[in-house]
Amino acid sequence: MNRLKNMKRTTKANFATYLGVILAFVIVTILVNNGMLKRSHMGLLVPICCYIVMAVSLNLTVGILGELSLGHAGFMSVGAFSGVIAAMSLAEAIPYAPARLVIAIIVGAVCAAIAGVIVGVPVLRLRGDYLAIVTLAFGEIIKELINCLIVGHDSEGLHIVFNYNGSKSVEDLHLLEDGIVIVKGAQGTANVTTIASFTAGFILIMITLVIVLNLVNSRSGRAIMAIRDNRIAAESVGINVTKYKLMAFVTSSALAGAAGALYGLNYSSMQATKFDFNTSILVLVYVVLGGLGNIWGSIIAATVLYVLPEALREFADYRMLVYAIVLILVMLATNSPAVKNVLIKIIPHRKGEEDNG
Amino acid sequence: MEFLSYLISGISLGSVYAIIALGYTMVYGIAKMLNFAHGDVIMVGGYISFCAISYLNLPGWLSLLLAVLVCTVLGVVIEGLAYKPLRQATSLAVLITAIGVSYFLQNSALLIWGAAPKVYPPLISGTLKLFDGQLSISYVSLLTMAACIVIMVVLTTFTSKSKMGKAMRACSEDKGAAQLMGINVNRTISLTFAIGSGLAAIAGVLLCSSYPTLMPTTGSMPGIKAFTAAVFGGIGSIPGAFLGGILLGIIEALAKAYLSTQLSNSIVFAVLIVVLLVRPAGLLGKYVPEKV
Repeated sequence: MNRLKNMKRTTKANFATYLGVILAFVIVTILVNNGMLKRSHMGLLVPICCYIVMAVSLNLTVGILGELSLGHAGFMSVGAFSGVIAAMSLAEAIPYAPARLVIAIIVGAVCAAIAGVIVGVPVLRLRGDYLAIVTLAFGEIIKELINCLIVGHDSEGLHIVFNYNGSKSVEDLHLLEDGIVIVKGAQGTANVTTIASFTAGFILIMITLVIVLNLVNSRSGRAIMAIRDNRIAAESVGINVTKYKLMAFVTSSALAGAAGALYGLNYSSMQATKFDFNTSILVLVYVVLGGLGNIWGSIIAATVLYVLPEALREFADYRMLVYAIVLILVMLATNSPAVKNVLIKIIPHRKGEEDNG
Repeated sequence: MEFLSYLISGISLGSVYAIIALGYTMVYGIAKMLNFAHGDVIMVGGYISFCAISYLNLPGWLSLLLAVLVCTVLGVVIEGLAYKPLRQATSLAVLITAIGVSYFLQNSALLIWGAAPKVYPPLISGTLKLFDGQLSISYVSLLTMAACIVIMVVLTTFTSKSKMGKAMRACSEDKGAAQLMGINVNRTISLTFAIGSGLAAIAGVLLCSSYPTLMPTTGSMPGIKAFTAAVFGGIGSIPGAFLGGILLGIIEALAKAYLSTQLSNSIVFAVLIVVLLVRPAGLLGKYVPEKV
């Protein structure tokens, strides 16, 4: 008990986060095993895990590093497609599905990290809104490039055709008879064996949390936050700005890639257009509503906001309209000085917390 | 001759981008916010004009006028309800609110007009044939280009000569100092939104005349492209938005014709990235060194 008291506040908060996630996992698993969840709700579990990882990783870029990224879905897309290709090509070599899933997630993370380096090196030289528009541009470029990709696998290995002018088709892969087509250009992946599971999603969230929380509380993490708070001051005390910016950005994109791989292996077919600008924005909304730099907030916001449109299903056509209004009202309530003043008057003891929120 | 016709269709498309980008750049210059709902105001403009022509049987020019009127009011209302309370908030909070407004407009349009695409009757039809019919230019393209040039000239004169225009420039330089000089900053910002949204309505009508399918998501891609154009030319600069829009349209049309239809957007965005790496403030943007 004494040790618990002597722990630093951040360490306590981190343990609370881990415990909360484990508790949520246990509760959901019990519900699933007792058949208390509807089938339509079970289908949401893996995507929720993916979006939690996406939100936590984007929080690293936007909240901790302080750079607005509007192309996070691009990295998810890279991870999703590379992960699916890896899992499908290894189907015969590694029959054990969980092992294949792990390899697919690692491949997805590595490919997204490489994309992160390619995007990050030029992008991180820019500042503010210019950086935002270039990440948006990269996200759209990644989407269109993957849209042109045709990939197949047979006993000779991978066959890749780049359909840049719309004239190529699956026949151009020249697959042998035992071959399978994995990615069909604009139609996306097809006939994917869905090996993603909720347990895998939970483990991925835990790994993400360990990586992000340890990074934030390390020497590097403090350097990254110093750059966010004042770049010039950080530079003048000898912090290598480019190195730390790139570190945060690439970690974030690798985690997005891992989430993408899990997401891709949860659906039997998936198109590159799924990961467009709107998806990036969706994740950004989770991060901002959860609180910038607040990892726990990202987890809750991602869960609630992913479930919300499903819960509003009874409103049918009105649900996205309600979602939009809720979004605007929440932003007005949390950021408008007039509303804040009213809140302080109603709840006086919250005054000190306002700075943290 | 083939090249010339691609070039003209590029300039025509670029003119639409330029008109939208002018709205973006003015709002950014004065309110320092990325108004992601701007693209959806274009869509609303298109629908209003469509309804005026199809249901009320109004002539084209009157429907344009009605669209401009409705969008101007819409722009001012959006600014007053959603953005004004957030004047002091972080830019990210305003950005998310703008995204919320964008969702709101798209889904309202979906409820009112349905998801099925509407076919927009063009304002004017017919083509102008030159060089014994080897080169044909549609009247809509000519109208778009003319409208773009007129708007550009009027806006430049307005911001450099008129009192309100000067107030706008003063606010974009320094809001505090402008207020001390007796400028009503809030009213100036509302005026900027009104002008920007009115321009978006014109752009919407012109866009739908060239590409006649009208859907609730019609505005998003042109919106993003115009935003790119504004950044390309240097965001906050009116001649920059014009130049950026036209260049973007030309690059897109030529890339579609000669390189690849599938990758035309990628080529546009790649050019933007290269330009920003060489000139981080855009083509005509002013580079402001940081003060320590």
